[in-house]
Amino acid sequence: MGQITLQGVHKSFGQLDIIKDANLDIEDGSFVVFVGPSGCGKTTLLRLIAGLEDVTGGRILIDGQNVVNVPPAKRGLSMVFQSYALYPHMSVRGNIAFGLKMAGLPRAEIDRKVAAAAATLNLTPYLDRKPRELSGGQRQRVAIGRAIVREPKAFLFDEPLSNLDAALRVQMRMEVTRLQKQLATTAVYVTHDQVEAMTMADRIVVLNAGRVEQYGSPLELYEQPANLFVAGFIGSPKMNFVSGPPADQLGAATIGIRPEHLRIAQEGEGWPGTVSVAEHLGSDTFLYVDGGALGLLTVRGIGEIHLKSGDRVWLSPDPARLHRFDKDGMAIRH
Amino acid sequence: MARRVTARRMVVSTVAAWFFGGLIFFPILWMVLTSFKTELEAFTVPPSFLFFDWTTENYATVQERSDYFLHALNSIVIAGGSTLIAALIAVPAAWSMAFAPTKRTKDILLWMLSTKMMPAVGVLVPIYLLFKNLGLLDTRSGLIAILCLGNLPIVVWMLFTYFKEIPRDILEAARMDGATIRRELTYVLLPMAIPGIASTLLLNLILAWNEAFWTLNLSTSKAAPLTVFIASYSSPEGLFWAKLSAASTMAIAPILVLGWFCQRQLVRGLTFGAVK
Amino acid sequence: MATQQTQVLARGLLTPAVALLLVWMIVPLAMTIYFSLLHYNLLDPGSEAFVGLENFRYFLTDPAFLASLQNTLVLVGSVLAITIVLGVPLALLLDQPVLGRSIVRLMVIAPFFVMPTVSALVWKNLLLHPVSGLLAWLSTLVGITPIDWFNDAPMTAIIMIVAWQWLPFATLILLTALQSQDEEQKEAAEMDGASALSTFLYLTLPHLARPITVVILIETIFLLTVFAEIFVTTGGGPGLQTTNIAFLIYSQALIQYDVGSASAGGLVAVVIANIIAFFLVRVVGRNLEA
Repeated sequence: MGQITLQGVHKSFGQLDIIKDANLDIEDGSFVVFVGPSGCGKTTLLRLIAGLEDVTGGRILIDGQNVVNVPPAKRGLSMVFQSYALYPHMSVRGNIAFGLKMAGLPRAEIDRKVAAAAATLNLTPYLDRKPRELSGGQRQRVAIGRAIVREPKAFLFDEPLSNLDAALRVQMRMEVTRLQKQLATTAVYVTHDQVEAMTMADRIVVLNAGRVEQYGSPLELYEQPANLFVAGFIGSPKMNFVSGPPADQLGAATIGIRPEHLRIAQEGEGWPGTVSVAEHLGSDTFLYVDGGALGLLTVRGIGEIHLKSGDRVWLSPDPARLHRFDKDGMAIRH
Repeated sequence: MARRVTARRMVVSTVAAWFFGGLIFFPILWMVLTSFKTELEAFTVPPSFLFFDWTTENYATVQERSDYFLHALNSIVIAGGSTLIAALIAVPAAWSMAFAPTKRTKDILLWMLSTKMMPAVGVLVPIYLLFKNLGLLDTRSGLIAILCLGNLPIVVWMLFTYFKEIPRDILEAARMDGATIRRELTYVLLPMAIPGIASTLLLNLILAWNEAFWTLNLSTSKAAPLTVFIASYSSPEGLFWAKLSAASTMAIAPILVLGWFCQRQLVRGLTFGAVK
Repeated sequence: MATQQTQVLARGLLTPAVALLLVWMIVPLAMTIYFSLLHYNLLDPGSEAFVGLENFRYFLTDPAFLASLQNTLVLVGSVLAITIVLGVPLALLLDQPVLGRSIVRLMVIAPFFVMPTVSALVWKNLLLHPVSGLLAWLSTLVGITPIDWFNDAPMTAIIMIVAWQWLPFATLILLTALQSQDEEQKEAAEMDGASALSTFLYLTLPHLARPITVVILIETIFLLTVFAEIFVTTGGGPGLQTTNIAFLIYSQALIQYDVGSASAGGLVAVVIANIIAFFLVRVVGRNLEA
């Protein structure tokens, strides 16, 4: 079991509030990603769950038991660090076995579990190497092995893929997701990369300046962002925001439209504009259109669109995909 | 990127460096050479550099006449003892400052440094009288205590700077793995910090071995380490240059070798991390 | 940033070191202050009496104090000047491509590991002896009358010994600093057409400013209390010519057994050292922020 509940969790360092009143319900077996810009408090929130920091106020429940006064070692969680934090003086085997040794498991059982974890992660040939003799991806696997071998109630991941190169990151992303589903263990995963969040998560927590902005499934966040911040943070390229007369017409302070929901035509109706930069990727075309008073608008078209810098175009938003926000930046629901 | 080095520049700097290096090293070399001469040859003018009758009799005489090994043993016990005790007190303190710092940690560190700067001579009188009244004059334990306290700030500082370089993630990983603080220290921190701890102890050993204020003032004979033993050559016996050289060579040889191993740490330790 | 549990434990582990150093600092210092206000002579037991600041007046107006203060300043100043002026070029030289650099390094650093009593005696006898010393032989070779260093120029002799011991320290620190200098910065300067001299003046020297400060401060702390070198060579003489403050206090305490006035002198030394320490702590403290 690994049900984690945060109730009114609050954390401040001196005068500074890092986490303001976080309430979350993380279901057993789910993959939850904390995402947000740097400094938003996502790592702190993870460390609070881990027990590496004390909460200033509020309760953290693991399987219904309040753990705020339980030391990290006794919470039954395991963590994968951004730097991997492997013990440099121990072999891969020693690293994976350390937690089991601390728990006082019999030798034979430790060996069996280490062998199983190593097999799962394709680390068997490297068991007797030291971490410094491994590649980045292999170190990453050792860190994950160290986490899974203890059969914890939940895994905590602190930006574990950020030190890998792009290709490896995509591969590890899939491996981690697959492993989590296979083990059916709760995972809490911190990242600043919204693509990682969208692809891996069952549910995403968007954090900004210590506040939970929205908690929902990736598609919920994409389709129904709760406010301007979430709307701008989730999705790539970023959502276009337009204020002024077009927004007033729809009874909103700001309207948002994703680049992929803007239709582009070389004649007709809509918002007139001029292509300032065109990026042709083959599969997609990104157009940055100078919309005059509307500002710079990004348009994403599927496939190749034959437009170039300086071309005159008309943009029309898909009315079903328009997002409306009030003057406080909150979404106006239909 | 290796910079292009012309052969000429290499030759010039090599010759100059060896010349000046040799000049600085010369007194030590000369002392070692003299220790293998007879007393008569040691005085001879013009001096002979290599072509003399090499003899080791001085080394034998030094031990025979003045009990070199007693003083060497004192040096080992005093320097080693004070270093070990200082380390036992300093490791937990440095751990605590490196991994659980508070707002006051910096002040405490700087205050420790300032105790090291108090000139020993400022407290010579009370320490001497305390030692006299407590019967600690000319005892090994008295010197161990004084040298331990005197070098404690350096040991704490050096360990602190080494511990600080150990990523806290790794200690936290151990904590997540279920290790208690004690196990975290013994299984993770200490093995990782061994090089740092070793060089700290080495430097401290050297400083304690060469300490020549408290040892000269607080010991005379039975607890006297080599610094004091050599100082006794300043009076009439100093005329026996070859024996003085032999005794000196034996007194500095072990520490010179250790010192060569830890030059880097010397910079780090004595500058309190201000130069790395 | 750590949990409360660790904080409590950490405080407990820090306490022994702090407590010991606190006792080590306060008890003797308090005793020194107390003694400094007493008439207290070990040769005249039972005559202890409170005399207020009399000991300070006596110590500070004693001609020996002024002489020893001057000697202290001369010794510290000269050794600092020599070690820096020779240390910088030596460090620059060792930073060059030199065959067998590690061996040269070992030779240069060696004097620092020689115990003070040994280096003092080796210099006094084997090198500076007016008749059989090596320097005497060298001067006769070039036709100069050998100098009787410890009679005619005792302070110079002490300075030579102490400077020899501390030159390695200065060189090593400056060399360490040089090696941390950004190589690309120098290459950029080269691309900008800077000559070797201007590279040195505008890049290297400013880079060395900080280590030089550190060398000055740390050497000063140690040089203020040079003792063994004087103790085994001149015994402060001839006259007062090589008596520095440390040696003066020693001789008042353990030769004349005048505890009161030696304590007053000790406090004067503490004050002087604290002025220097103040600056050193600031330099080191700034480094702690980073």
